[in-house]
Amino acid sequence: MTDTNVMYPRKPKRITGRSIAVLVFLSMAAMFFCVPLYVLIVTSFKEMDQIREGAMFSLPTKWTLEAWHFAWFEACSGLNCSGLRAGFWNSVVILVPSLTASIALSMVTGYALALWDVKWAGPFLFVLFLCAFVPFQIIMYPLIRLTVTMGIYGSTTAIAFVHTVLAMPILTLIFRNFYKDIPPELIKAAIMDSGSFWRIFVEIILPMSGNILIVVLILQITSIWNDYLIGVTFGGLGTKPMTVHLANMVTVSTGTVSYNVNMAAALLTAIPPLVIYFVLGKFFVQGIAAGAIKG
Amino acid sequence: MPSVSFEHIVKRFGAVTVLDGLNLTVEKGDFLVLLGPSGCGKTTLLNLLAGLLDVSSGRIMIGDRDVTELDPKDRGLAMVFQSYALYPTKTVEGNLRFGLSARKLPKAEADARVTWASELLQLTPLMRRKPSELSGGQRQRVAIGRALVKHADVLLFDEPLSNLDAKLRTEMRLEIKKLHDTLSPTVVYVTHDQIEAMTMATKIAIMNGGEIQQFGTPDEVYENPANLFVASFIGSPAMNLTNARFRITDGSPGAMFDNGTKMDLTGYDFVSTPQDGDAIAVGMRPEHFLIDTQGTQQSHSAFDLTVKMVERTGSDALISLEFADDQLFVRAEPDRAAKTRPGETVSVQYPTAKLNLFDAREGRRL
Repeated sequence: MTDTNVMYPRKPKRITGRSIAVLVFLSMAAMFFCVPLYVLIVTSFKEMDQIREGAMFSLPTKWTLEAWHFAWFEACSGLNCSGLRAGFWNSVVILVPSLTASIALSMVTGYALALWDVKWAGPFLFVLFLCAFVPFQIIMYPLIRLTVTMGIYGSTTAIAFVHTVLAMPILTLIFRNFYKDIPPELIKAAIMDSGSFWRIFVEIILPMSGNILIVVLILQITSIWNDYLIGVTFGGLGTKPMTVHLANMVTVSTGTVSYNVNMAAALLTAIPPLVIYFVLGKFFVQGIAAGAIKG
Repeated sequence: MPSVSFEHIVKRFGAVTVLDGLNLTVEKGDFLVLLGPSGCGKTTLLNLLAGLLDVSSGRIMIGDRDVTELDPKDRGLAMVFQSYALYPTKTVEGNLRFGLSARKLPKAEADARVTWASELLQLTPLMRRKPSELSGGQRQRVAIGRALVKHADVLLFDEPLSNLDAKLRTEMRLEIKKLHDTLSPTVVYVTHDQIEAMTMATKIAIMNGGEIQQFGTPDEVYENPANLFVASFIGSPAMNLTNARFRITDGSPGAMFDNGTKMDLTGYDFVSTPQDGDAIAVGMRPEHFLIDTQGTQQSHSAFDLTVKMVERTGSDALISLEFADDQLFVRAEPDRAAKTRPGETVSVQYPTAKLNLFDAREGRRL
């Protein structure tokens, strides 16, 4: 028996100055998010009388859903006083088609660019790459002209259309990079077996895309739902998304500010992406990891 | 089962010419092995045949069909890949069935083929599993099954056994050989493993630098290598190649080694007789040496050489002997080798008819 065969237990980790600093920083960062969120939640359940007393950290003396009800059904956005629900449905009507169209189109484009012999694929990818970094504000005015010419300006269709167009470059790059990691022999085998572009896509590639789909779904749902600028630019009366309604509600300049209603409205607007995170979050991490290392 | 022929195949990747005017014909039912070191163009040639790459110029014929411009799926081929390339989200059965998807087969026919292949390859108990739940050998069998269900006339293999361990490789080698014997498709098989080539092939094409160095049966390639490259590439342990000069003494041919040792070449079947004084390379296979034979046999060259080293390789042993500033590896019985010590002298003889002589400059066989 030599010394090298003896296993010494590892020394217990000491709490050092450095780890304390890290913990303090992390706690502060957490507080930075948690404290406003706490205020937001408790305030939304309070009555205005209690809010006027100040003491914004105190719990509601009487828990009430009045503010939530008011925000959903009665709050005024501009002259329209039918609550946030109109905006909610507008957002859904914008989200569903733009989500479906952008993902479907970019998935097929990415698949073609990654696995098939496409002429000019290199230059095309370079242009896509450039497009992904063009700020929306630069092409806003031409896009407005374009949608006016198409006759859809001011409708939810216009907003959905713009979301789809703007998401295409980055989504195509994401899908293309994911598919590029599929072993080339697999696609060679599929080409020899079937040779059909669509059949290979539907039967072989699509079932392998679960992870990246989750990532893209979360990215897209969050960015489309939380968008304000496109909604306010391309939406008309009655077609603006929930975020625009929310902004109009809280920036009202007449009368008293109903903090509880505003906070309830803000929470209502934030719920859908939150739900998506909770439902898909587990897969999200797996999806990001799958992009890096292929199983 | 059609023949396959490559006619004046040129393949360029940008400025690099990988294949330059290659010609090769495989008879129907042949098991052709394309053998060569990495980067010799053998996989490129296979991909050209499969249609996964386009030829720069030339023509590929399968039977009497010109397939040069056809899509891979229309060429009547099936291919087995090195990494198996099974569809990860499909079951074994799904994998087999997808192989039939380009052919619009009636369901009964497709079912019959899948059942046939699964029974032939003992895949029946695995039909519901995903590839990730299979062992390496099982995956390889599924890959072969996926190729077989197509009833393709020509089967292509791209180094199919190189991901398997040694034992499994031997088993699969036999299975593939057996499949070829029963179904006798035309097979084109790419490998860098000369044992696979020697055991399975009916024809071997040895490639180097994009050119076919020799095309023939395994025996021809082994016993009569066409040039120095083939001689040094085929055979493990490798052929002993020693530099010498060609001398004609009293009308009989001979080789003079650098240290003055002479070897009588009377009885060697020259393809072309060199000039007196030409530089040649003398090739001797380790296993053709006779050790300790009493008296010089007819048409044998005899040497007494000093032992440098003895190596036991398992079923065999190799003795390395000092010879003309070089060394000779001689295959010996393990018992004989066990008695041999470095520094001893061993007398060996080599049959002249089994010699391989090459032009040292051009490398071609003499």
